[in-house]
Amino acid sequence: MEFTAILFYVFSITTLGSALFMVFCKNIVHAAFALMFTLLGVAALYVLLFADFLAATQVLVYVGGILILILFGVMLTTQGFSSNLKALTTNLLPVSVVMAFVAAGMMYVFYTSSWPVVVMDEPDSTITGLGMLLLHEYMLPFQITGVLLLIAIIGALLMATRIKHPN
Amino acid sequence: MENSFLQWLAQPELTHYLMLGAMLFCIGITLVLTRRNVIMVLMGIELILNSANINFIAFSRYSVITLDGHLTALFLIILAAAEAAVALAIVLNIYNRFKTIDIDEISLLKG
Repeated sequence: MEFTAILFYVFSITTLGSALFMVFCKNIVHAAFALMFTLLGVAALYVLLFADFLAATQVLVYVGGILILILFGVMLTTQGFSSNLKALTTNLLPVSVVMAFVAAGMMYVFYTSSWPVVVMDEPDSTITGLGMLLLHEYMLPFQITGVLLLIAIIGALLMATRIKHPN
Repeated sequence: MENSFLQWLAQPELTHYLMLGAMLFCIGITLVLTRRNVIMVLMGIELILNSANINFIAFSRYSVITLDGHLTALFLIILAAAEAAVALAIVLNIYNRFKTIDIDEISLLKG
């Protein structure tokens, strides 16, 4: 067994284990911390797939941005002290049974179908290629994404600051 | 049969990453469907987007599309960030109006 295989299994077990912990734990703050370990495990899997820039982006944007945003949401929407940190679940048993079957079906399909695998030689760094693609072939999506981010920022600001406080 | 399966297990390839993505996707759907807290539902959506990203990058590693998959995953991360910001603003508004973020309680479209 190669070293990369061992790393792959370690990181997949981290990712899936903390994702499962999110499903079954009651405290929402614990779930947010489990989400952090899931996102870090996914970033490590990106490194195993030679996607260095994406791994860094994943850590910066997800762990540094979205997770903090979610924790702020948890803090701003809880009433009182730790009374509402419990997150209730409904229909946990039927949904998990159905989803286990769906996962088993998808994994069976992936295992039995033959994928035309072409293993390219490992690039040193993807940043140069990504920059060239982003400024030549993907120029229009890049600009549109910028406009979308601007719209999202303005919309979120408007919605979050125009809250009327009923006194 | 047993030996070939063990050999398959010992060499992670495209299929392994696809299976990991499938499992993460199903866990995310479970989270979205079972939780009654809006913020937990948002976390489930993040898991689903991450599983799609794993698939994109696995395909870009193990097929001829090398960097296009990376770029799609990059755009997906940006979209996830925008979605989280807007969704949390909506959640704050919902909390301000209904004093709860339990999605079973929020059944009015007209505020």
